[in-house]
Formats: sequence, structure tokens, C-alpha cells
Amino acid sequence: MQAKKRFLLLWFIAFFVLVMCLLKTNRNSDDFLHLAYQIDDVEDLPSFMDDWQQNVEVGRPPAFKIYETRHQMLFHSSYRKTNKNCRMETCFDSSHCDKDFKVFVYPLSELENNGLINSIRSVLYQKMLDIIVESRYYTDEYTKACVFVVAIDTLDRDPLSPDYVRNIPMKIQRLRHWNGGRNHIIFNLYSGSWPDYNEDDLGFYTGDAILAKASMSVTNMRPGFDISFPLFHKKHPERGGEPGYVRSNTYPITKKYKLAFKGKRYVLGIGSETRNSIFHLHNGNDTIVVTTCKHGKNWKDAQDERCDVDNSLYEKYDYASLLKNSTFCLVPRGRRLGSYRFLEALQAGCIPVLLSNNWALPFDEVIDWNKAVIWADERLLFQVPEVIHSISDTKLFALRQQSQILWEQYFNTIEKIVFTTFEIIKERLPKLQSRDGVVWNTSPGALVSQHSYTEYFNFNMPFNYHLLGKKPSSNFTVVIFSQHNSINTALYRLIRNIVASKYLTQIIINLCADNGGKSGYQKIAGIQILISSGNGCSRFEPLPFIKTEAVLSLDDDVVLTTDEIDFAFHIWQSFPDRIVGFPARSHYWDNSKDSWLYTSKWTNEYSIILTGAAFYHQYYNTLYTRWLSPLLIKTVEQSHNCEDILMNFLVSHVTRRPPIKVSQRKHYKEQVSNGMPKSPWNDPDHFMQRQTCLNTFVALFGYMPLLQSSVRFDPILFKDPVSNFRKKYKQIELVTN
Amino acid sequence: MFIRLACCRLLRNRKLIYISIFISLLLSFVYVVVAPHVFKLIQKPPSKTQEVHQYVIPGDSPIISMDTHCTFYNCFNIYRCGHKFKGGFKVYVYPMARYLDTDGIPIGGKISKEYHTIISTIVESHYYTANPEEACVFVSSIDTLNQNRFRVKETSQALALLPYWNDGQNHLIFNMVPGTAPDYKTVVDLSIGKAMVAGVGFNSWTYRSSFDISIAIYSDLAILLSNNFTFKLRPIFITTVQTNLHNDFFMYLKSIEKQRSMIRVMERCSNGEHNKSIICHGNITYNYADIFSDSVFCLILPGPRLMDVALIESLAAGCIPIVAINHVVLPFFEVIDWKRAVILWSETELNTLLDTVSGIPLDRRKEMSDQGRWLYRKYLSSPKIITMTTLKILSQRLHPHSSDFYEDWNLRPYHESARNPLFLPYMSDSSGFTAIILSYNRIDSLFKLINMISKAPSLQKIIVVWNNQYKSPPHFSVWPKTDIPLKIVQTTANNLSNRFFPYREIETEAVLSLDDDILMLTIDEIEFGFQVWKEFPDHIVGYPSRTHVWNNKTNTWKYESEWKNEISMVLTGAAFYHKYWNYAYTYIMPSNIKQWVDDHMNCEDIAMNFLVSNTTNKAPIKVTPKKKFKCPQCINTEMLSADQGHMATRSSCINKFATVYGRMPLKAVEYRVDPVLYKDIFPKKLKRYNNVGEL
Repeated sequence: MQAKKRFLLLWFIAFFVLVMCLLKTNRNSDDFLHLAYQIDDVEDLPSFMDDWQQNVEVGRPPAFKIYETRHQMLFHSSYRKTNKNCRMETCFDSSHCDKDFKVFVYPLSELENNGLINSIRSVLYQKMLDIIVESRYYTDEYTKACVFVVAIDTLDRDPLSPDYVRNIPMKIQRLRHWNGGRNHIIFNLYSGSWPDYNEDDLGFYTGDAILAKASMSVTNMRPGFDISFPLFHKKHPERGGEPGYVRSNTYPITKKYKLAFKGKRYVLGIGSETRNSIFHLHNGNDTIVVTTCKHGKNWKDAQDERCDVDNSLYEKYDYASLLKNSTFCLVPRGRRLGSYRFLEALQAGCIPVLLSNNWALPFDEVIDWNKAVIWADERLLFQVPEVIHSISDTKLFALRQQSQILWEQYFNTIEKIVFTTFEIIKERLPKLQSRDGVVWNTSPGALVSQHSYTEYFNFNMPFNYHLLGKKPSSNFTVVIFSQHNSINTALYRLIRNIVASKYLTQIIINLCADNGGKSGYQKIAGIQILISSGNGCSRFEPLPFIKTEAVLSLDDDVVLTTDEIDFAFHIWQSFPDRIVGFPARSHYWDNSKDSWLYTSKWTNEYSIILTGAAFYHQYYNTLYTRWLSPLLIKTVEQSHNCEDILMNFLVSHVTRRPPIKVSQRKHYKEQVSNGMPKSPWNDPDHFMQRQTCLNTFVALFGYMPLLQSSVRFDPILFKDPVSNFRKKYKQIELVTN
Repeated sequence: MFIRLACCRLLRNRKLIYISIFISLLLSFVYVVVAPHVFKLIQKPPSKTQEVHQYVIPGDSPIISMDTHCTFYNCFNIYRCGHKFKGGFKVYVYPMARYLDTDGIPIGGKISKEYHTIISTIVESHYYTANPEEACVFVSSIDTLNQNRFRVKETSQALALLPYWNDGQNHLIFNMVPGTAPDYKTVVDLSIGKAMVAGVGFNSWTYRSSFDISIAIYSDLAILLSNNFTFKLRPIFITTVQTNLHNDFFMYLKSIEKQRSMIRVMERCSNGEHNKSIICHGNITYNYADIFSDSVFCLILPGPRLMDVALIESLAAGCIPIVAINHVVLPFFEVIDWKRAVILWSETELNTLLDTVSGIPLDRRKEMSDQGRWLYRKYLSSPKIITMTTLKILSQRLHPHSSDFYEDWNLRPYHESARNPLFLPYMSDSSGFTAIILSYNRIDSLFKLINMISKAPSLQKIIVVWNNQYKSPPHFSVWPKTDIPLKIVQTTANNLSNRFFPYREIETEAVLSLDDDILMLTIDEIEFGFQVWKEFPDHIVGYPSRTHVWNNKTNTWKYESEWKNEISMVLTGAAFYHKYWNYAYTYIMPSNIKQWVDDHMNCEDIAMNFLVSNTTNKAPIKVTPKKKFKCPQCINTEMLSADQGHMATRSSCINKFATVYGRMPLKAVEYRVDPVLYKDIFPKKLKRYNNVGEL
């Protein structure tokens, strides 16, 4: 018995030792691996900055400011396609860009004088030039210009194409301000030709000019100099533009197909490696990849045994419906790296899966494309299904939303594409740069975020408060727009009500009537009020005196109670990007008249808040004055009317949201009695004019940006059967319509 | 083994049995605990000579110069980096070795601390593999950090002799100090064929896009500056910090300094040429470390190399760097948006620098300084962090579909900031919604509710979540007959969270969540609520509202159901919201909140309000003045003073959730939303949503 016990014990011990031995050797082998990199006295090791004569080193000399004068290249020297060494610091003269970023377009007359009238521009290029000329960037004085745009169509540089313009080298040399291409932008959609589709081959020497070019490769671009340009159709709209297809943001994304592609298959030549193998991904089930070799005149010469099978399958699927019904869209390279389908997929909210190694995506200098596309590798084609299945539903949800944001912000019109190109160049100039990646990659984007270091605002933009964890300011400035020279009793009463608000910072009276351009403080109703005049009757002038983010814009004959003001301000703080105000108007489409109509009738919906009594972010003053197309401003100036409609257009265009109406109040002016002079608001001509404005604005914006809302904001206990005593905004209860 | 045999032999002698046990115990103890230490002691000296191999580099060993046309697509062998290894690609590190030339002289100095850290970081990371066959990227153990510390030709030869070198393909060479006097090349001068360089101070010509990685130089001083950072007044506006600037820069800056005192131009002290810890301005001597913390901006100009420690040290000390180095490639520029922390200037435009910089407002300066210090700590502060950032960038290149977004790399985690997952600015075009009714046993009222809501034109489907495990839902035949598809979900446990499960049957964007006793809603109210949700699709839009108030006496939050002027929650007994929130509630919300809800059988609606407010920083929206929702005969339980317990639980929920989130995310607002013509004296015929708001 005892022996057995002892024996057991011994065996146990032996076993224990054995196990420990095994464990030990295991650990040893582990140690052994790391031992190869082990050093015992790590602390005694020298630093990489030691043992080295640093103090005798002398810094580099400053770079030259004066650019070497480029000797004019002869046009036969097109063996060098571009000046590969160009960078902004060496090939771009920013001295004319200090204050403002202006673009000079070579006038047509100059070409005519040189006998170059025969160079016909494509419709597309003409559209681009027109857009620039009508924009705020344009200047007709070349001395003020920062950037030059040539009037010679350089979009299509494929000699086999009908739009190919000949003799460009000669034409370029005759440009008066060419200067080796310095500060010029060359727009290009296609370069090179069959068979090698050489990216650099534009058929002329572009020298120091910045290339805004489609289908560039990352490694071939001059970093920080060239701009990767999107490839878009000839019929791309100039303004307005189509919205993205995603109008209902469902979660999770459940589409019929996971991955889709319908397009050409290249049997041979550049790009064929990818295009000739993607059909392997097709499974007829959730992955539809159909190709055809039926393209070009002589397709039959090169057809292979797959062509017949391909073509029959190809006919079965419709491209547009694939776009709409697929979660991912394959975007393989064509002969060139870029393809139309990239933007098509983006618009459709079909997440692009890129098979185009080394392609510089459009505007990739500023856009974080990882937020909207999936990169696959041409070399790892067969990993594509695995890659796209690894994307989580939440990521997919984000990708699709971002695709829509990017499409609408930068790509859906020619105007946006051209302006984005300019903004990128502007961003590179030390004195004008200001917008970080957050602005570029979130809604509403950089095109509507105009500011720079030199005139850096002391406030936040109305967007992205939530993302940045900031809050809109807790007080406001009142700007009373007055057409009269005298201060009447109505104004006195109004000021008294305003002053009672505890959120008020300052009252400014923006005097339209010219009283000799005198500005200064004046004491009205017991408060110092700043009278600002000489602004040429521009209601939305970004006055430097406005120090708060919120502006309460008022007409001088408005009737408003303190409670209404405070309550509206409270709502504005929750929606700082919108116009929040009292009197609402609406617009609708009249089929019989084939035009937009404006109405001040009581309706169940509204789309305009009159700025005679409304809160908005002061940044919109800046946008209104400095960003809106000059043609729009001109319309307002000529009619002495409609500035409030234009402001509503602007804000709805930027935010893609309707304004907000507060409480019941509809009449916000003193009721006109018979003896009083006629208010312009009751004038039918005035009304007709507003109708005309509405339609002019739509034409100039290219679409109708106004959005309808059918909600109104009231205080929580508004008209509730509780004692008025318990209500915070008592005065609002008493306002009747 | 030998111990066991010994024991067996001893066994024969019974008297010695205890001794044997004791000895065997002792022996095993010795073997397990003491022996390894002894072993180590014995092994150590030989390990140095035996394991560290020594190689002699033949003088004529071939090298291939660096291929300047390399890109990720033509020089990198992607086939080595398949998907089979979860967590990305694998890195092999060559074992340590000594390399001598034919004369027996080492090719470089002793391995530096920093390079040793880089190597051990890789070895300890999940990227490491000991098997070179499965490696995607190779890192040599030859220290190439500082070109002044090794011989270029011999080191290139040594690298070329590495067993898996293959013209340098897939090899990563770390370098922090490239170039030597007098020309100071901007990239390490090694002849490394197709190897990638993780280097510092590239210019835009030597950096091979998509191939090289621009990393940061490590600085000892920066750690000190970062640790000793305090908020204090910075009396100097702009200072220079480098002493090795070209004389032309000095002269030029001095001339600016003479005109305007806003800039301070530092110089090497004439008396302390070799003392790096002091720096002079005129005849005042400063401690070098101090000049970073007394100035708002630090002007960084090109030194001998394009990038030196000055940038890193400025960032660490919160001195906003003005980088005026033409063509420089900034550290990790692929992922870091330097504009948020640094002013990028041109070295030829220094004359206009002061005017522009002085226009930058104070809060922007603070923001940049904070961002700079954060970037320093997050990506640049130690060789280990620099290495991990480099590997992460490499990993993103190899698997771009799993890249982090701009915001992940560049936004400081800040508890007040909210990344709204519903960020598309749109007004929903949804044609309808799905009603989800949570039910337990009130069949009468459930059927009434179904009959009532099925008249809503925008309703597309009804899902009844049957939360009763003891009683099956009524037979199919007795359910109300409606044209709307009706789906009954039998749950497996009576959890309130079941109502927020993202059922696949929900095909619409919007969900109308309902309790089975909400009988007083009208069709107009439902339709109007849906309209409001379409205009505000990222908010919860609901009818009954509640608020939270701070109790000063107990220092806790209190749940409030009285009619107040504020609301901060809407009850999900009747509320519209985006289906995404169901997913977020089930899979993203902190699990202890969900656990709490299920344990207490309460507060699922509060949890949902917390979740949405915390994610979006936005308040819910209350529609219509309606206050009573349940059947007219029933009494609102929350109004009953008898049900104090219920209120106490709800209050404790609020306090618990606020603790979990580390803040009070609920936002109180003073507005509700009504139809545009609500209460207006206006013909009913022309008014939409007439039947809204009878209490």
C-alpha cells in the first residue's frame, strides 16, 4: 500500500520534471529565435546621432527666386514632352497670385490676328472656356493673371481622333504670354495613341505648363505640380448637374449583384492583360462581368474563340441597370488608365473597384479616395471577390455615402471640375492655402469654403460643428437693413425688443440711403448702435464689425417680440448651417407656364425664408458677396429686389437642405393702413419681378436648388393647455396670424 | 530522463525512499529554476561569438545602383504578400551579423540603439515571421540609419550578399540621416537596386512615389520637450532654431529682424562651438531646449539635409513649425495632413511670411499647436512608434481596401466630436417605413394598433416582435386582415433590446418603433412624423418626450417626465429613426449598456437616445404637442406618484449610461415640430395634417 503510494508519488514527480523539461525546451526554442536580435547591453549602444561631426556641417544655400529664363523651345524639339523636373517652386511664378487668384483666357481675337482662326475648338473645350470667362476667377488683364488658359483645344491629343487639333506646336509658340508654358494650365483628356498610348505624348512640348490631365499615373505625374483630371463625357452638364442616384440611404446595402462590369474586352495590345482576364470573375450569380470584343472596325480580324460566347452573354445585361443594381462596380483600366465608368459608378453609388494599377485618381492631391473606392491590384485579379466580401456593412455604408458627396461636390458639372482644378492650384500657394483635408473630404466641400490665412475668419464655418466637437457661438449680432434715412417709431420699438434679448452682442444698422457715407455710433433707444453706410445698398455685405457667427438680419419695419428672437436663435444653434426665420415663401413648378412660380400664399410647404427676419451664419455673407457668380449679383442689383431669394438659393445649394420656419408668425411688418405709403411688397410689379428672379437664378445655377420643407418649429409647450406661467416663450403664444 | 532512472535505482533501498523523493524534488527544482540561469551564464559568452556570424565582404563583390524608376508596380513582388496571413503582411528580419572588409575592418559603426529598437519592434510585432519563405518584406540588421556611420560601398556590398536579397526586391532600408558633406544627397547613397527606402529628408525628385516611405527622424530632445510641455505665455513670435543654416539665410533673416522685432534669429554661440545644448541670440545665451517653448512659431529652413530634428522638436514643444523648405517630402505625408499642424511656406518667399502669419487668429494657433503635439506623440515620438507607423503605411499599400480613413489618421480623439455615420446631406426619398411593434401579451391592444396604423399610406410592413416565451403568438387566422405584409418574430428571450434588432425583414430606411399600447396616434400624426423624419433622417423623431435634469443636491442626473420647456429624449414607444441605429444598438453600442438594459428590463429607449446623441451630437426631435399616447382608459404609469420606483430606475439608467460614455451626450432643446399651418385659422380643406395635436 505504502509502496504503491510512494511509487505513485515518484511517478508523479518524474512526470512533473518531464513536463517542465519539455516546457523549458519549448521556451528555449522561442528564445533562440529572438536571440538572433538580442543584444545584452542595449543601453550601452551608441545613438545613431553619435560619432559624427555635425557641427562642421553647413546648410544648403537658399533656392533661387529668379527663375532661369527659358530659351524658347523650337517646335521640332518635341522629343521632350514635358519638363519632367517641374515643381511649383521652380516652374510656377506665384508673384501674381499674392492677393487674388485670377485666370486669364487667351482671347479668340488674338488667334484670329495670328491667322489661327482655323483651329476649331471642340464643344466641350468651348464650354470649359465659357465657364472660366463667366466665373469669378476670370480676368481679361494678363498682368493680373496668376494662371493662363490657352484657347487652343488640347483636350483630345489622340491623332486618330476627329477632335485632334493639328499644328499645336506652332500655335503654342505664337502665344504671346506662353513663356515656356510658365503658369499655364493645359487641360487634357486623352493623350497618346494606338498602339502604346503614351501618357506623355500630347504631340507638343508642354514645358513648364501644369497638366490637368486625365488617366495620369501616380509615378509619372510631377508631384504637387500636375493635376489628375477626371475623364468625363462630352455631354457633361456645364452647371446644375445631376445628383447622385442614392436618394434613399438604406442600411445594410442589399443589391441584386455584388459586383458588376459590362464593357470591352481587348484581345491584344496595352491594357488587354486586365481586360482579357476579368471575365473569369463572372459567375452569373452575384458577380456579373460581361465583355465583348466587338469594338473597332476590324474586330473580326483579332477575334478569338471566346468572342461568340462573350457577345451573347454581353447582350443579356443592360449597363445602366447593372450600375443601379450592383453594390460594387469593376473599373478596370482601358487602353489608358482612366475610364468614363469611374464617374458613372461614382454617381450611381456603385462603389468602384479599381483595377488600374498606378492610376492617379481624379484630384487625388486633395481627395481621400479610400473613403469612396476600393483599390484592387491588377496583379491579384482573383483576389477581387475575396477583397470585396471582406468589406463590412458599415464601411460599405460609409463608402456609398461618400461616393455621393464627392460626385456632387466636385464632379457632377464641368464648372465644378474646372473650379476644383483652380482651387487645387490655389491651395498650393503658401499665401492662399487654408483648407485641410476635413474641408475637402466632408460635405459641403472646398468649393464653397473660401478663406485663406490672410483673411482667416475668427469663427468656425457653419458646417462640421458636430464632427469637430464645437458649438456655434452663444450670441448674435443684429444687422438692420434700412432703406430710410430716418429712424421711425417702428424701428424704436423693434430695437427695444432686440435689446431685451440676453444673447445680443451688437446692433448694426446697415443704411442703404446715402447719408454722406458717414459711419459711426449713435445712441438709439438707450443703446449704442453702429450705423454703417456707404455699402452701396448691399444687404449681405460681410461687414467687418460682425464679430459673432450668428447674424440676425432684419428689415427696419419688422415686428418681432423678444421671445421670438430668442427662440429662433435657440433653433439656429441646433442648425447653424440653415436660414432660420419667420416669414416663409414657397416656389412651385407650373407646367402650363413652363416656369417656376413664386408664392406668398399660405401653403403647407415652404422653401424660402425671407431675410427680413431671419438668423443665418455670417459666413453666408462672405459666400454671397465673394463667391456667387457675378451674373447672379448683377440680376439682384438691376432689379433692386430678390436678394433674399438669392440668399435662400445660396444656402440651399450649399447645404442641400431647406430653411427652417419658426412659429406661427406670417405677417412680420406693420399692417399697411390706407393712409400709409404703399409698401413695395404689395406692388404686383414687385411680385412679378421676384418671379422673374426665381427663373433667372434657376437658369444661372443650372438647376433649382430650393428644397421644400413642411415642418415648422414651435416651443415645446406652444398652445398646450398648461398655465402660461410655466411656458418659457410666453410672447409667442400671443402672436396671431 | 536521467533523474528518473536515478530515482528508480534508489527505490530499491526502502530506507532511502524519502531521501530519494527529497532529492528528486530538489533536482527537479534545480533543473527547472536554477539550471536555466546557469545555462544562460554558460551559454552567454559563446553566444556572442558563435551566433553573431561574421562575414568578410570581398572587395569586388557586385552591387547594383538604386533603381530610380521603381514603383510599387514594377519593382515590388506582390506575389510574396498574399492574403493568407490574417493581419496583413509578414516581415523577415535578417539575424544580426558582423560585416568586415577584406582587411578585417568593420563596414560601419556599432549598431545604434535606435536601429536595434527598430529591429526588435518588428520582431515583437505581429508582422514578424521567422520564416523567410513566407515573408513579404525583408529588413536587414545592418544599421543604415546614419550615412555618416557606415561605409557606403561596403555596406551596399554587404546588403547585396544577403541570402534573399534578389536585387533588393521587397527589402526595406531604414535611414534617418542621408547624405554626407559636401553635397548632402537627399536619399541614402547606398546602391540597393530595387529595395525600398524608408528615409528622412527626401526631396520630390528622389522620393519614388508609391514606393519609398518618408519617415521621421527620431529625436531624444523632443521626448523631453513633449514631457515637459506646459501651457504658458510665449513671448517670442517667430524664432529660428537651427544653427547650421547657410549664411545667406542668416543674413537675410537678420535683415528682417532688424526691421521688425517679431522674429528672433538664433545663432551658434561663439564661445561654445561644440556645445549643442546652448544657443545664442546676440550676446544672450539660451538653453537650446528653452527656445522651443518661448516662441509661438518655429521657422524651419533647410539645413545641410532637407529634414532634421528641428521639425520634430518644434512639434513636440508645441511651437508651430513654419516649414520653408522647397521640395521637401514631409514625414508620413501619405497619411498625415500636415496642413493641420504646420505652415507650409516657400523658402523664397520669406519676405512676406510675417504679414501672413501674424494674421492667423489665436484659436487657430492653439489648434495647430495642439495638433502638432498630438501628431508627434502619435506617430513620431520613438523609434518604435516610427517603425510601427511605417509598417502600417506599408500594410495600407498592400491592402488598400483596409486602409484607415483621413479622419482616423488626422483627427485627435476628442470626446465632444462626433463622426455621424449618416453623413450624407440629403432629404430622404423613402417611400415608406416599417413599423416594429414590441408585444408581450396585450393582444387586444396590439390588434387595435395594427388595425389603426395599417391605414397609414406610407406604412410598408409591420413586424411584431413577440417577446413572450411562455405563450405563443395568436394563431395566424385571428390576426387583423390588412393589405400590409405582417411578420411576427418570436424571440428566444424576453429582452427589451429585441425591439432594436436589425431584422433582415426591415427593408425600408425608416423604422417606426411602437409599443403595443400606443393607441392614440392618428394617421395624420404618423404621416407627419414620417415627413419630419425624411427631412431630418439622422435624428430620432418621436412623439412622447422626456428630459434629463441635473440634481445639484445629489450630484446626479434625474429623469424627468413632467411637461417642461425642454426635451432631450423621445421615447421609442412611438418614434421614427433610421434602421442603421438598430444595427448600432445591437453591435456597436457598449455592451455593458445593453447588458444593463436586459438585466433591468427597462431603459432601452433611454439607451437608444444616448446612442444616437452620442454618435451624432444631435438632439432628438419631438413632433406634435401630443402628450398622451396610451389607451384613454389607462393611466400613464410614469405620471403616477405610486410608481416612484420606476422613475428612480430610469434616473439610475441615465447616470449609468453617462458613466459608460464618460460624458452626458444628451442635448436638451426647447423646440418641437408642427405642421406649417398648425393652429392657423385657415380652411381645413387646404391644410395638410389636420388631425394633429389633439392631446
